[in-house]
This record gives sequence, structure tokens and C-alpha cells, in this order.
Amino acid sequence: MIAIVIPIAMTLFAVAALLNLYRLAVGPDIVDRILALDTLMINSIALIVLADLRMGLGVLFELALLIALMGFVGTVAMSKYLLRGDVIE
Amino acid sequence: MTPNVRSRQFWLPHPLFSLFLALLWLLMVNDLSVAHALLGLALGVAIPIVTHAFWPEEAKIRRPLPLLRYLGVLLIDILRSNLVVALRILRPARELRPGFFTYPLALDDDFAITLLASTISLTPGTVSLHHDAEAKTLLIHALHLEDEAEAIAAIRTRYEQPLEEIFR
Amino acid sequence: MTSLDMPWTLQLVVAAFLLVGALVALIGSWGLAKLPDFYTRLHGPTKASTLGVGCTLIGSLLYFGHQQDGVSVQEALVTIFLFATAPVSAHMMGKAALRRRIKGVPGTRNPPER
Repeated sequence: MIAIVIPIAMTLFAVAALLNLYRLAVGPDIVDRILALDTLMINSIALIVLADLRMGLGVLFELALLIALMGFVGTVAMSKYLLRGDVIE
Repeated sequence: MTPNVRSRQFWLPHPLFSLFLALLWLLMVNDLSVAHALLGLALGVAIPIVTHAFWPEEAKIRRPLPLLRYLGVLLIDILRSNLVVALRILRPARELRPGFFTYPLALDDDFAITLLASTISLTPGTVSLHHDAEAKTLLIHALHLEDEAEAIAAIRTRYEQPLEEIFR
Repeated sequence: MTSLDMPWTLQLVVAAFLLVGALVALIGSWGLAKLPDFYTRLHGPTKASTLGVGCTLIGSLLYFGHQQDGVSVQEALVTIFLFATAPVSAHMMGKAALRRRIKGVPGTRNPPER
């Protein structure tokens, strides 16, 4: 049962990532693009976890954690740059 | 302000935070051995000492038990809010009545305000956008705003009053 | 993948978590693509996507918890991290949008005058 569900879930997440890419391309403002990138990062975490499940490895969580961390720090840094014109005051 | 080297203030400025760091270390290495528990505890003691100077002031969690209950309520509300937001997204966009409102804060602890703002962002149809420290207000955007007074009262009774109880 | 030795109830629970998570995250991204202005778009990803990925991670936690000896808790760590950071990044992006004076859709109530 799980073997059937995983490809379906991966497809759904891939469609979600395509919708994020649409928002990334269309914009209209740079803040929308940051939001789209942030969501893309979150969806890619799910895709990594699903790929890990499908291969039955159970070792890719460090990768998921790293991407979560990078996504968060990147989003905050870009927002901060827009707020102040500087990342670190 | 550097406390005496012999006092508990110096070695364990934030006991709960130290415990949290130790638990976090155990979760990260994913190995429940005595060696890792000791290393986690050592990190839990060392990191607060080293970073103590950067901290604005310590948040005081008076009662940990209501905090756990608060987290439970929060978990249920996250699930509920996702249902609400999903339904709003799936309906046609012209039925939406988005709006801003300002929420007057009664809390004054920084950590408590952070928790409240995060809670507001995670729960039904609201995102906190701006904290005005002088006027003591939060600017909140709601996906579907029907009655401001009602929304403010709901946040007050459901989240802010339990937080006041925890931090006072 | 050897999921044959799992009890079917656990398989059902894991499959439900994975499917519901994917559906919720898809709805969040659908909202991001469809909703009319930035402030309303902010709602989709902060709530729906976070919960969707959280559900997927919990499904994975249950699966590997059964598959390997001992409970692996690192997925729980990623989930907690996502739930703790999503409101913060939403707050920062919202502040940046306010600073850039992005207009809401016509019909937005009490737009901030700044």
C-alpha cells in the first residue's frame, strides 16, 4: 500500500513545486518571489523525505534538516535586506 | 553585569534552556547512550555561558505545566486553522474579505510576545506582520475579516491570557 | 522496499499521513499561485505547506520507526524546526512587504496608511 501511495504523494508535491515556480516567474513583486522560493524549499524537503522512503535508506534527514535551515536563513536574510538595505546591521 | 563565578547564576543562567539543548543534542545524534547524554549536558551548560552576553534578558517561564497545555491547544488549533484556510483557498477569490487590524498587547515580556506572534501566524487565517514596541500593538492581517472586535477578543481569551498565566 | 512485514493498520496510517500531507501542501501552493495579493498569499505557505510537510515527516517517522530497530526521532526534529521557523519567516516577509508599501487587493479592510 505504501509503495503505491509514495509515487502519488511525490506527484502531488511535484505539482505544488510547479505552482511555486509559476509564482516565482510571475512575481509581480520581489517579496512574492521570496515567498515562492521559501515555499519551494519547504516542498523540496518533503520530496527528499519521500525519495528517502521510496529507496528505503533512512539516511537523508540530515539533508532535509540542512535544507530547512538554509531555506529559513535565506528567507530571513533576503527579507532583512529589503527592510534595511543591509543583511547585518 | 557579570555574576559571580561561584554562583548558580553564572553556571546555569537558564536551566530549562540547558535541558532543552541537551535534549536537542540527543535528538540530533539519534543515539541514546550515556556518552552522548553527558556530551549533550556539557553543551547545554557551555552554550548558555558563552552566549550569555548576547542575550537581552532572560525570559521567565513561571509554570511549565500550563505551557504544555498551551502547546496542546496550539496543535489542535493548527489543524483547525489549516482546514479553514484550505476551504478559503478552494473557494472563489471574490468571496474573500481580507483585512488588517491592530491588536493591543497586554503582555510585556519579549519572549511571550514572540510566542504570541508566532501563535497568531500559525492559527486561523491570521498572520502577524508588525510589532510596534512603542504603541504596544501587533499589526495583523486576516484572510477573512468579518468582525474585528470578535477577532481581537478570540485572540485575547484563547492565547494571550494563558500566556500571561505562564509568564507571570 | 520491504513493507510486507508491516501490520496493515500501520501501513494504512503511514499511507494516510503521506497522502493527507501531500494534499494539504498542494492546497497551500495552489493558494500561493491563485490568491490575488501578497498578504493573502502569505497565508497559504505559512500554514498549509508547513503542516503538509509535517504530516509527510511524521509518516516517514512511523515507517522508519517500525522498519529499523529503535525509534528514529530526527524527522520529529525537522518538523519542530519547520513549525518554529514558519511564523518567523512569514513575519519577516510581511514586514518587508509593508516596507515596500505593497497594496492589498481592492476591498481590503483598514489598509495601513504609512
